[in-house]
Amino acid sequence: MDGLAIDASHLARRYGRRWGLVDVSFQLERGKVMMVAGRNGSGKTTLLRILSTAIRADGGRASVGGFDLKQREEIRRQSALLAHYSYLYESLSARENLSLISRDTDAALARVGLASRADDAVSTFSAGMRKRVSFARVLLQKPSIAFLDEPFGQLDPEGFALVEEVVGELKASGATVLIATHQVDRVSRFADVQLNLENGRVA
Amino acid sequence: MIGALRKELQLQWRTRGQAVAVFVFGATSLLLFSFAIGPSAALRQYAGGFLWLGLLLSSTLTLSEAFHAEMENHALEGLLLLPVSPRVLYYGKALANTMQLVLLGIALVPVMVVLYDAGTTRILTVLLIIILGSAGISAPGTLYSAMTSQARAKQTLLPLLLFPLIVPVLLASVKATSLAILGDPMEQGSGWMLLLVCFNGIYWSLCGLLFDRVVED
Repeated sequence: MDGLAIDASHLARRYGRRWGLVDVSFQLERGKVMMVAGRNGSGKTTLLRILSTAIRADGGRASVGGFDLKQREEIRRQSALLAHYSYLYESLSARENLSLISRDTDAALARVGLASRADDAVSTFSAGMRKRVSFARVLLQKPSIAFLDEPFGQLDPEGFALVEEVVGELKASGATVLIATHQVDRVSRFADVQLNLENGRVA
Repeated sequence: MIGALRKELQLQWRTRGQAVAVFVFGATSLLLFSFAIGPSAALRQYAGGFLWLGLLLSSTLTLSEAFHAEMENHALEGLLLLPVSPRVLYYGKALANTMQLVLLGIALVPVMVVLYDAGTTRILTVLLIIILGSAGISAPGTLYSAMTSQARAKQTLLPLLLFPLIVPVLLASVKATSLAILGDPMEQGSGWMLLLVCFNGIYWSLCGLLFDRVVED
Protein backbone atom coordinates (compact mmCIF):
# COMPACT_ATOMS: atom_id res chain seq x y z
CA MET A 1 0.00 0.00 0.00
CA ASP A 2 3.01 2.29 0.53
CA GLY A 3 3.44 2.68 -3.21
CA LEU A 4 -0.07 3.99 -3.66
CA ALA A 5 -0.70 7.71 -3.94
CA ILE A 6 -4.46 7.21 -4.14
CA ASP A 7 -6.60 4.30 -3.09
CA ALA A 8 -10.27 5.03 -3.74
CA SER A 9 -12.99 2.58 -2.87
CA HIS A 10 -16.68 2.90 -3.81
CA LEU A 11 -16.63 6.70 -3.79
CA ALA A 12 -20.02 8.32 -4.24
CA ARG A 13 -21.38 11.84 -4.20
CA ARG A 14 -24.92 13.10 -4.67
CA TYR A 15 -26.24 16.49 -5.70
CA GLY A 16 -29.77 16.69 -4.37
CA ARG A 17 -31.52 13.60 -5.70
CA ARG A 18 -29.02 13.01 -8.49
CA TRP A 19 -25.86 10.98 -8.02
CA GLY A 20 -22.83 12.74 -9.49
CA LEU A 21 -20.46 9.91 -8.68
CA VAL A 22 -21.37 6.28 -8.04
CA ASP A 23 -19.20 3.45 -6.76
CA VAL A 24 -15.90 4.73 -8.14
CA SER A 25 -12.92 2.60 -7.13
CA PHE A 26 -9.35 2.77 -8.40
CA GLN A 27 -5.76 2.77 -7.26
CA LEU A 28 -2.93 4.97 -8.47
CA GLU A 29 0.76 4.44 -7.77
CA ARG A 30 2.97 7.27 -6.61
CA GLY A 31 4.71 9.24 -9.32
CA LYS A 32 2.22 8.31 -12.03
CA VAL A 33 0.15 10.58 -14.25
CA MET A 34 -3.49 9.58 -14.53
CA MET A 35 -5.87 10.98 -17.11
CA VAL A 36 -9.51 11.11 -16.02
CA ALA A 37 -11.65 11.26 -19.14
CA GLY A 38 -15.35 11.42 -19.76
CA ARG A 39 -18.13 13.52 -21.22
CA ASN A 40 -19.53 16.63 -19.57
CA GLY A 41 -21.25 15.69 -16.32
CA SER A 42 -19.54 12.32 -16.11
CA GLY A 43 -18.12 13.09 -12.65
CA LYS A 44 -14.50 14.08 -13.43
CA THR A 45 -14.59 17.33 -11.50
CA THR A 46 -16.50 15.78 -8.63
CA LEU A 47 -13.89 13.03 -8.32
CA LEU A 48 -11.00 15.50 -8.24
CA ARG A 49 -12.79 17.76 -5.77
CA ILE A 50 -13.47 14.85 -3.42
CA LEU A 51 -9.89 13.61 -3.53
CA SER A 52 -8.50 17.11 -2.97
CA THR A 53 -10.91 17.53 0.01
CA ALA A 54 -12.71 20.50 -1.58
CA ILE A 55 -15.99 18.61 -1.05
CA ARG A 56 -16.98 15.58 0.99
CA ALA A 57 -17.92 12.18 -0.41
CA ASP A 58 -21.38 10.88 0.45
CA GLY A 59 -20.19 7.29 0.31
CA GLY A 60 -17.12 5.14 0.03
CA ARG A 61 -13.65 5.87 1.29
CA ALA A 62 -10.28 6.88 -0.09
CA SER A 63 -6.77 7.49 1.05
CA VAL A 64 -4.73 10.23 -0.57
CA GLY A 65 -1.00 10.12 0.05
CA GLY A 66 -1.63 7.60 2.81
CA PHE A 67 -4.19 9.75 4.60
CA ASP A 68 -7.91 9.14 4.90
CA LEU A 69 -10.15 11.79 3.33
CA LYS A 70 -11.17 12.84 6.85
CA GLN A 71 -7.58 13.91 7.51
CA ARG A 72 -8.10 17.03 5.46
CA GLU A 73 -5.22 19.10 6.75
CA GLU A 74 -2.66 16.35 6.06
CA ILE A 75 -3.97 15.84 2.54
CA ARG A 76 -4.00 19.58 1.89
CA ARG A 77 -0.43 19.83 3.09
CA GLN A 78 0.77 17.61 0.24
CA SER A 79 -1.70 18.25 -2.57
CA ALA A 80 -2.81 21.08 -4.82
CA LEU A 81 -5.93 21.55 -6.92
CA LEU A 82 -6.13 23.46 -10.18
CA ALA A 83 -9.88 24.02 -10.29
CA HIS A 84 -12.38 25.49 -12.72
CA TYR A 85 -12.38 28.56 -10.46
CA SER A 86 -9.23 30.63 -10.40
CA TYR A 87 -9.29 31.05 -6.57
CA LEU A 88 -7.91 34.56 -7.14
CA TYR A 89 -8.87 37.87 -5.58
CA GLU A 90 -9.84 40.24 -8.38
CA SER A 91 -8.65 43.42 -6.69
CA LEU A 92 -5.25 42.02 -5.70
CA SER A 93 -2.30 41.75 -8.05
CA ALA A 94 -0.96 38.40 -9.26
CA ARG A 95 1.97 38.75 -6.86
CA GLU A 96 -0.28 39.61 -3.90
CA ASN A 97 -2.50 36.63 -4.66
CA LEU A 98 0.44 34.26 -4.80
CA SER A 99 2.09 35.72 -1.71
CA LEU A 100 -0.77 34.18 0.28
CA ILE A 101 0.96 30.86 -0.42
CA SER A 102 4.65 31.70 -0.52
CA ARG A 103 6.96 34.70 -0.58
CA ASP A 104 8.92 33.25 -3.48
CA THR A 105 6.46 34.42 -6.12
CA ASP A 106 8.86 35.77 -8.74
CA ALA A 107 10.11 32.40 -9.99
CA ALA A 108 6.58 30.98 -10.22
CA LEU A 109 5.30 34.02 -12.11
CA ALA A 110 8.26 33.86 -14.48
CA ARG A 111 7.63 30.14 -14.99
CA VAL A 112 4.09 30.82 -16.23
CA GLY A 113 5.20 33.79 -18.34
CA LEU A 114 3.63 36.55 -16.27
CA ALA A 115 6.67 38.20 -14.69
CA SER A 116 5.97 41.48 -16.48
CA ARG A 117 2.38 41.60 -15.20
CA ALA A 118 3.15 40.55 -11.63
CA ASP A 119 1.93 43.78 -10.05
CA ASP A 120 -1.21 44.22 -12.16
CA ALA A 121 -4.60 43.53 -10.62
CA VAL A 122 -6.06 40.16 -11.57
CA SER A 123 -9.24 41.97 -12.67
CA THR A 124 -7.26 43.25 -15.69
CA PHE A 125 -6.24 39.73 -16.75
CA SER A 126 -7.75 37.61 -19.50
CA ALA A 127 -9.13 34.16 -18.69
CA GLY A 128 -5.97 32.53 -20.00
CA MET A 129 -3.74 34.73 -17.86
CA ARG A 130 -5.82 33.88 -14.79
CA LYS A 131 -5.31 30.24 -15.60
CA ARG A 132 -1.57 30.82 -15.72
CA VAL A 133 -1.65 32.49 -12.29
CA SER A 134 -3.65 29.52 -10.99
CA PHE A 135 -0.92 27.28 -12.36
CA ALA A 136 1.70 29.36 -10.54
CA ARG A 137 -0.40 28.83 -7.42
CA VAL A 138 -0.17 25.07 -7.86
CA LEU A 139 3.60 25.25 -8.45
CA LEU A 140 4.13 27.31 -5.28
CA GLN A 141 2.34 24.66 -3.23
CA LYS A 142 5.01 22.13 -4.30
CA PRO A 143 2.49 19.27 -4.25
CA SER A 144 3.34 15.60 -4.12
CA ILE A 145 -0.15 14.99 -5.54
CA ALA A 146 -1.54 17.49 -8.06
CA PHE A 147 -5.16 17.53 -9.20
CA LEU A 148 -5.53 19.39 -12.48
CA ASP A 149 -9.10 19.98 -13.62
CA GLU A 150 -9.21 20.90 -17.30
CA PRO A 151 -5.70 22.40 -17.25
CA PHE A 152 -5.82 23.29 -20.96
CA GLY A 153 -9.02 25.28 -20.72
CA GLN A 154 -8.74 28.92 -21.87
CA LEU A 155 -5.04 28.59 -22.67
CA ASP A 156 -3.35 29.43 -25.97
CA PRO A 157 -1.00 26.98 -27.79
CA GLU A 158 1.95 28.32 -25.75
CA GLY A 159 -0.07 27.62 -22.62
CA PHE A 160 -0.72 24.06 -23.82
CA ALA A 161 3.04 23.53 -24.04
CA LEU A 162 3.47 25.09 -20.61
CA VAL A 163 0.99 22.62 -19.09
CA GLU A 164 2.81 19.68 -20.63
CA GLU A 165 6.16 20.99 -19.35
CA VAL A 166 4.83 21.57 -15.85
CA VAL A 167 3.26 18.12 -15.69
CA GLY A 168 6.57 16.68 -16.87
CA GLU A 169 8.41 18.60 -14.14
CA LEU A 170 5.94 17.46 -11.50
CA LYS A 171 6.34 13.87 -12.62
CA ALA A 172 10.13 14.17 -12.66
CA SER A 173 10.03 15.44 -9.09
CA GLY A 174 8.14 12.29 -8.08
CA ALA A 175 4.72 13.89 -7.83
CA THR A 176 1.52 12.09 -8.74
CA VAL A 177 -0.73 13.96 -11.16
CA LEU A 178 -4.44 13.48 -11.90
CA ILE A 179 -5.68 15.33 -14.96
CA ALA A 180 -9.37 15.63 -15.75
CA THR A 181 -9.60 16.62 -19.37
CA HIS A 182 -11.38 16.48 -22.70
CA GLN A 183 -8.02 16.75 -24.48
CA VAL A 184 -7.72 12.97 -24.56
CA ASP A 185 -5.31 12.73 -27.50
CA ARG A 186 -2.96 15.33 -26.08
CA VAL A 187 -2.85 13.96 -22.52
CA SER A 188 -2.67 10.30 -23.52
CA ARG A 189 0.79 11.09 -24.95
CA PHE A 190 2.22 11.47 -21.45
CA ALA A 191 -0.35 9.86 -19.12
CA ASP A 192 0.59 6.51 -17.56
CA VAL A 193 -2.95 5.46 -16.66
CA GLN A 194 -6.42 6.35 -17.89
CA LEU A 195 -9.68 6.32 -15.95
CA ASN A 196 -12.86 6.71 -17.97
CA LEU A 197 -16.02 7.92 -16.31
CA GLU A 198 -19.54 7.75 -17.67
CA ASN A 199 -22.58 9.01 -15.81
CA GLY A 200 -20.58 9.05 -12.58
CA ARG A 201 -19.37 5.45 -12.88
CA VAL A 202 -16.11 3.93 -14.02
CA ALA A 203 -16.69 2.96 -17.64
CA MET B 1 -2.26 35.07 10.87
CA ILE B 2 -0.32 38.18 9.85
CA GLY B 3 -0.57 37.09 6.21
CA ALA B 4 -4.34 36.67 6.53
CA LEU B 5 -4.69 40.09 8.17
CA ARG B 6 -2.47 41.71 5.54
CA LYS B 7 -4.62 40.21 2.78
CA GLU B 8 -7.78 41.57 4.43
CA LEU B 9 -6.29 45.04 4.81
CA GLN B 10 -5.13 44.99 1.18
CA LEU B 11 -8.67 44.06 0.08
CA GLN B 12 -10.18 46.79 2.25
CA TRP B 13 -7.72 49.37 0.91
CA ARG B 14 -8.59 48.46 -2.70
CA THR B 15 -12.29 49.00 -1.93
CA ARG B 16 -11.83 52.11 0.26
CA GLY B 17 -14.50 53.96 -1.69
CA GLN B 18 -17.00 51.70 0.06
CA ALA B 19 -15.68 52.85 3.46
CA VAL B 20 -16.46 56.46 2.53
CA ALA B 21 -19.99 55.44 1.55
CA VAL B 22 -20.43 53.61 4.85
CA PHE B 23 -19.25 56.67 6.79
CA VAL B 24 -21.71 58.87 4.93
CA PHE B 25 -24.45 56.35 5.76
CA GLY B 26 -23.50 56.36 9.46
CA ALA B 27 -23.30 60.17 9.61
CA THR B 28 -26.67 60.45 7.85
CA SER B 29 -28.17 58.06 10.41
CA LEU B 30 -26.92 60.28 13.25
CA LEU B 31 -28.37 63.30 11.49
CA LEU B 32 -31.76 61.60 11.09
CA PHE B 33 -31.81 60.64 14.78
CA SER B 34 -31.29 64.30 15.68
CA PHE B 35 -34.20 65.27 13.39
CA ALA B 36 -36.40 62.64 15.06
CA ILE B 37 -35.74 64.00 18.56
CA GLY B 38 -35.60 67.66 17.61
CA PRO B 39 -33.52 70.36 19.29
CA SER B 40 -33.63 69.38 22.94
CA ALA B 41 -31.36 68.45 25.82
CA ALA B 42 -32.39 64.82 25.31
CA LEU B 43 -30.08 64.71 22.28
CA ARG B 44 -27.00 64.91 24.51
CA GLN B 45 -28.54 62.41 26.92
CA TYR B 46 -29.05 59.80 24.19
CA ALA B 47 -25.90 60.63 22.18
CA GLY B 48 -24.16 57.39 23.20
CA GLY B 49 -27.14 55.32 22.08
CA PHE B 50 -27.41 57.11 18.76
CA LEU B 51 -23.68 56.71 18.11
CA TRP B 52 -23.89 52.96 18.63
CA LEU B 53 -27.08 52.61 16.59
CA GLY B 54 -25.38 54.46 13.75
CA LEU B 55 -22.31 52.27 14.07
CA LEU B 56 -24.40 49.09 14.26
CA LEU B 57 -26.47 49.95 11.18
CA SER B 58 -23.30 50.87 9.27
CA SER B 59 -21.63 47.65 10.38
CA THR B 60 -24.29 45.57 8.63
CA LEU B 61 -23.25 47.19 5.35
CA THR B 62 -19.58 46.32 5.81
CA LEU B 63 -20.13 42.90 7.36
CA SER B 64 -22.62 41.73 4.72
CA GLU B 65 -19.95 42.39 2.08
CA ALA B 66 -17.09 40.96 4.15
CA PHE B 67 -16.99 37.72 2.16
CA HIS B 68 -17.84 39.22 -1.23
CA ALA B 69 -14.24 39.01 -2.47
CA GLU B 70 -13.97 35.44 -1.17
CA MET B 71 -16.99 34.36 -3.19
CA GLU B 72 -16.02 36.01 -6.51
CA ASN B 73 -13.71 33.25 -7.76
CA HIS B 74 -14.30 30.84 -4.88
CA ALA B 75 -11.17 32.33 -3.30
CA LEU B 76 -12.30 31.11 0.12
CA GLU B 77 -12.26 27.51 -1.10
CA GLY B 78 -8.77 28.15 -2.47
CA LEU B 79 -7.62 29.37 0.93
CA LEU B 80 -9.26 26.46 2.73
CA LEU B 81 -7.39 24.03 0.47
CA LEU B 82 -4.10 25.43 1.74
CA PRO B 83 -2.65 23.79 4.84
CA VAL B 84 -3.85 26.66 7.00
CA SER B 85 -6.36 26.40 9.80
CA PRO B 86 -9.67 28.10 8.91
CA ARG B 87 -9.41 29.78 12.32
CA VAL B 88 -6.45 31.80 11.07
CA LEU B 89 -8.59 33.05 8.19
CA TYR B 90 -11.41 33.87 10.59
CA TYR B 91 -9.27 35.82 13.03
CA GLY B 92 -7.59 37.70 10.17
CA LYS B 93 -10.95 38.76 8.77
CA ALA B 94 -12.54 39.50 12.15
CA LEU B 95 -9.55 41.66 13.14
CA ALA B 96 -9.72 43.56 9.86
CA ASN B 97 -13.48 44.08 10.32
CA THR B 98 -12.84 45.34 13.85
CA MET B 99 -10.24 47.81 12.62
CA GLN B 100 -12.65 49.06 9.96
CA LEU B 101 -15.42 49.54 12.54
CA VAL B 102 -13.06 51.25 14.98
CA LEU B 103 -12.04 53.75 12.28
CA LEU B 104 -15.70 54.30 11.42
CA GLY B 105 -16.53 54.81 15.10
CA ILE B 106 -13.70 57.31 15.51
CA ALA B 107 -14.89 59.17 12.41
CA LEU B 108 -18.48 59.29 13.73
CA VAL B 109 -17.51 60.72 17.16
CA PRO B 110 -16.97 64.30 15.86
CA VAL B 111 -20.30 64.06 14.02
CA MET B 112 -21.95 63.05 17.30
CA VAL B 113 -20.25 65.89 19.18
CA VAL B 114 -21.41 68.49 16.65
CA LEU B 115 -24.97 67.19 16.18
CA TYR B 116 -25.77 66.33 19.81
CA ASP B 117 -23.50 68.77 21.65
CA ALA B 118 -22.01 65.69 23.30
CA GLY B 119 -18.40 66.71 23.86
CA THR B 120 -16.28 64.84 26.39
CA THR B 121 -12.79 65.14 27.76
CA ARG B 122 -12.57 61.38 28.27
CA ILE B 123 -11.38 60.76 24.74
CA LEU B 124 -9.27 57.71 25.59
CA THR B 125 -12.16 56.07 27.44
CA VAL B 126 -14.46 56.61 24.46
CA LEU B 127 -11.76 55.19 22.17
CA LEU B 128 -11.43 52.10 24.35
CA ILE B 129 -15.21 51.61 24.37
CA ILE B 130 -15.29 51.93 20.58
CA ILE B 131 -12.53 49.30 20.27
CA LEU B 132 -14.27 46.86 22.65
CA GLY B 133 -17.74 47.45 21.18
CA SER B 134 -16.49 47.13 17.60
CA ALA B 135 -14.69 43.88 18.47
CA GLY B 136 -17.89 42.60 20.10
CA ILE B 137 -19.86 43.30 16.92
CA SER B 138 -17.18 42.07 14.50
CA ALA B 139 -16.55 38.65 16.07
CA PRO B 140 -20.08 37.24 15.63
CA GLY B 141 -20.64 39.52 12.61
CA THR B 142 -17.79 37.89 10.71
CA LEU B 143 -19.09 34.40 11.52
CA TYR B 144 -22.64 35.25 10.45
CA SER B 145 -21.31 37.02 7.38
CA ALA B 146 -19.63 33.74 6.36
CA MET B 147 -22.86 31.85 7.02
CA THR B 148 -25.00 34.21 4.95
CA SER B 149 -22.44 34.99 2.23
CA GLN B 150 -24.08 32.64 -0.26
CA ALA B 151 -27.65 33.50 0.67
CA ARG B 152 -29.68 35.59 -1.74
CA ALA B 153 -31.06 37.88 0.98
CA LYS B 154 -27.82 38.25 2.93
CA GLN B 155 -28.41 41.98 3.62
CA THR B 156 -31.65 41.04 5.39
CA LEU B 157 -30.52 37.78 6.92
CA LEU B 158 -27.35 39.10 8.54
CA PRO B 159 -29.02 41.72 10.80
CA LEU B 160 -31.77 39.24 11.68
CA LEU B 161 -29.19 36.79 12.97
CA LEU B 162 -26.69 39.28 14.36
CA PHE B 163 -28.77 41.85 16.23
CA PRO B 164 -30.29 39.53 18.88
CA LEU B 165 -26.87 38.07 19.63
CA ILE B 166 -25.09 41.36 20.22
CA VAL B 167 -27.70 42.98 22.48
CA PRO B 168 -25.41 42.64 25.55
CA VAL B 169 -22.51 44.25 23.67
CA LEU B 170 -24.73 47.05 22.38
CA LEU B 171 -26.20 47.67 25.83
CA ALA B 172 -22.79 47.76 27.53
CA SER B 173 -21.30 49.99 24.81
CA VAL B 174 -24.20 52.47 25.01
CA LYS B 175 -24.10 52.62 28.81
CA ALA B 176 -20.30 53.02 28.94
CA THR B 177 -20.31 55.70 26.22
CA SER B 178 -23.17 57.61 27.87
CA LEU B 179 -21.33 57.59 31.19
CA ALA B 180 -18.18 58.87 29.47
CA ILE B 181 -20.15 61.74 27.91
CA LEU B 182 -22.52 62.65 30.74
CA GLY B 183 -20.16 62.00 33.64
CA ASP B 184 -19.63 58.98 35.83
CA PRO B 185 -19.77 60.04 39.51
CA MET B 186 -20.49 56.48 40.71
CA GLU B 187 -17.71 55.03 38.50
CA GLN B 188 -20.02 52.52 36.83
CA GLY B 189 -18.29 52.78 33.47
CA SER B 190 -15.54 50.32 34.34
CA GLY B 191 -18.19 47.67 35.15
CA TRP B 192 -19.78 48.04 31.71
CA MET B 193 -16.37 47.88 30.09
CA LEU B 194 -15.56 44.73 32.01
CA LEU B 195 -18.79 43.26 30.67
CA LEU B 196 -17.62 44.17 27.15
CA VAL B 197 -14.29 42.44 27.77
CA CYS B 198 -16.11 39.29 28.98
CA PHE B 199 -18.46 39.15 25.99
CA ASN B 200 -15.53 39.72 23.65
CA GLY B 201 -13.74 36.77 25.26
CA ILE B 202 -16.80 34.56 24.72
CA TYR B 203 -17.53 35.71 21.16
CA TRP B 204 -13.94 35.62 19.89
CA SER B 205 -13.22 32.15 21.25
CA LEU B 206 -16.59 30.58 20.37
CA CYS B 207 -16.85 32.07 16.87
CA GLY B 208 -13.26 31.01 16.11
CA LEU B 209 -14.14 27.46 17.08
CA LEU B 210 -17.32 27.44 15.00
CA PHE B 211 -15.87 29.06 11.87
CA ASP B 212 -14.36 25.89 10.35
CA ARG B 213 -17.69 24.09 10.69
CA VAL B 214 -19.44 26.97 8.93
CA VAL B 215 -17.06 27.19 5.98
CA GLU B 216 -16.15 23.51 5.60
CA ASP B 217 -19.74 22.24 5.58
